[in-house]
Amino acid sequence: MRPQNKMSASVAPAKKKARSFTAPSVIPGFGPTFGFTIFYLSLVVLFPLSMLVLRASELGLSGLFAVATEPRVAAALRTSFFISFAAAAIDVVFGLVAAWVLSRYEFPGRRFLDAIVDLPFALPTAVAGISLAALYSPNGWIGEPLADYDIKIAFTRWGILVALVFVGLPFVVRTVQPLIAEIDAELEEASATLGASRAQTVWRVLIPPLAPALLTGFALAFARSVGEYGSVIFIAGNLAYVSEIAPLLIIVKLEQFDYAGATGIATIMLAISFSVLLAINLIQAWSQKRFGHV
Amino acid sequence: MSEAVAPSIGVPAPRSVTQEAPLTRWLLIGVAVGFLGLFLLLPLAVVFTEAFAKGAGAFFASFDEPDARAAIWLTLIVAAIVVPLNAAFGLCAAWSIAKFSFPGKSVLITLIDLPFSVSPVVSGLVYVLVFGAQGLLGPFLSAHGIQVVFAIPGIVLATIFVTFPFVARELIPLMQEQGTVEEEAALTLGASGFGTFLTVTLPNIKWGLLYGVLLANARAMGEFGAVSVVSGHIRGLTNTIPLQVEILYNEYNIVSAFALASLLAGLALVTLGLKTLLEWRYADQIAGRRRH
Repeated sequence: MRPQNKMSASVAPAKKKARSFTAPSVIPGFGPTFGFTIFYLSLVVLFPLSMLVLRASELGLSGLFAVATEPRVAAALRTSFFISFAAAAIDVVFGLVAAWVLSRYEFPGRRFLDAIVDLPFALPTAVAGISLAALYSPNGWIGEPLADYDIKIAFTRWGILVALVFVGLPFVVRTVQPLIAEIDAELEEASATLGASRAQTVWRVLIPPLAPALLTGFALAFARSVGEYGSVIFIAGNLAYVSEIAPLLIIVKLEQFDYAGATGIATIMLAISFSVLLAINLIQAWSQKRFGHV
Repeated sequence: MSEAVAPSIGVPAPRSVTQEAPLTRWLLIGVAVGFLGLFLLLPLAVVFTEAFAKGAGAFFASFDEPDARAAIWLTLIVAAIVVPLNAAFGLCAAWSIAKFSFPGKSVLITLIDLPFSVSPVVSGLVYVLVFGAQGLLGPFLSAHGIQVVFAIPGIVLATIFVTFPFVARELIPLMQEQGTVEEEAALTLGASGFGTFLTVTLPNIKWGLLYGVLLANARAMGEFGAVSVVSGHIRGLTNTIPLQVEILYNEYNIVSAFALASLLAGLALVTLGLKTLLEWRYADQIAGRRRH
């Protein structure tokens, strides 16, 4: 790439000056494509999002605090965050097992299961929502046997947990899986020759380098779960103070034309998901330094 | 595999040191299959079972409803507007980011990814804040009799927002990997700029582009949260398939709800199938598998 750049610069030095924003290149079309990119991004994403920031700044910190401490809002935020946290933790445990099994063992149906892991990405949330609700309702395939033991899942907080476990699972599996596939066999062999049992090798040699990826998967699943709406509302029961999630409360506030309340909740949720994203980037930067991979 | 080289004299082959004991292995497989079956396969199976719970007649009758047909049409129209727009954007963004170097590139990539980290409900909300009756442009729009929120334009905008990054984030790493050498060769041999794009770049990225378009389309047709905020839920007018599914389900019209839902579930299965095929067949041409 470099020699060509030098050449174009020496052939047309005037051109370089005219486009000082980019490094010199013979490739055409930067102006229109970059212009359209910025225009479309600003129009569709940045302008609407900045409206949210503007409205939130009108509320001010005290206004945001007032919204957040409103009992119903506080309850919804708590429900969303705690259950998302629990769901992401469950996803980390079972996602790790699933990723391990799918990439290291050979058994009938493995390829099919591997493909179906992405189902929560592809299945529309409303479809997942009604089918989970049907499955866990008192006359559903899972709900009915459980009802005999007086266990209720649909229309309780447990229902929210089930839906969020579904939503977050692929994030963990797909983050960890490539790393498990790339584990260097020499590490395991060295550990075994030095006298470690298989369990010790797995626990003390193989899992620790996966920790950053597991944390990233956890954070991605958590961030997605906090904002999830469609797959939750059908199974949740949506009882105020008990099983009402924050995104639903935004809709409730909008229906009451309480724009300030809706903006407040949305701002708090955004602030938290951006902090989570920032945390992911820090984890990955650290992991890059410590393990040489993300 | 130690089994492959084991002497066949009845003595069990010693287990490889890099494998778990058979019992552990089968236990782990059991846990993984059980978990994936419970959380992924059962919900999928329920959709089709419930859709056909009262027979094929009731299933097909669900699609004769005018509201259901209107919902299917609206979903197709919205996807037909949104997916090409976002694909064009993805191509432009990838071209300018991957083929040129300029300051602030990583900030731009982060901003393109932004819609993925925003809750669908919030994605809808921001458009209400701009175009709604109390929004920034609300008074102007109502004075001119233009309706955006609670009408089709709002649905299109919200869908553009939630599917915004799909094509771009698929193409940017792919085109960065491919560099600019081939384009430079074509240009120095006298090809025009657009000709170079069509005959050199496009063939290199076609599978990656298709992959991104597939994912964007699945999301565009299935989006619920964002669309739900801006749609107004007017039957036969502003209901997409997911919204119609919600209404039918809440009216206890379970067979019709699941019949419509099975269309979307079928779309999801086709998407997953094509995605797996692309990843398997053209792995090197779609820039690897990354998180979504």
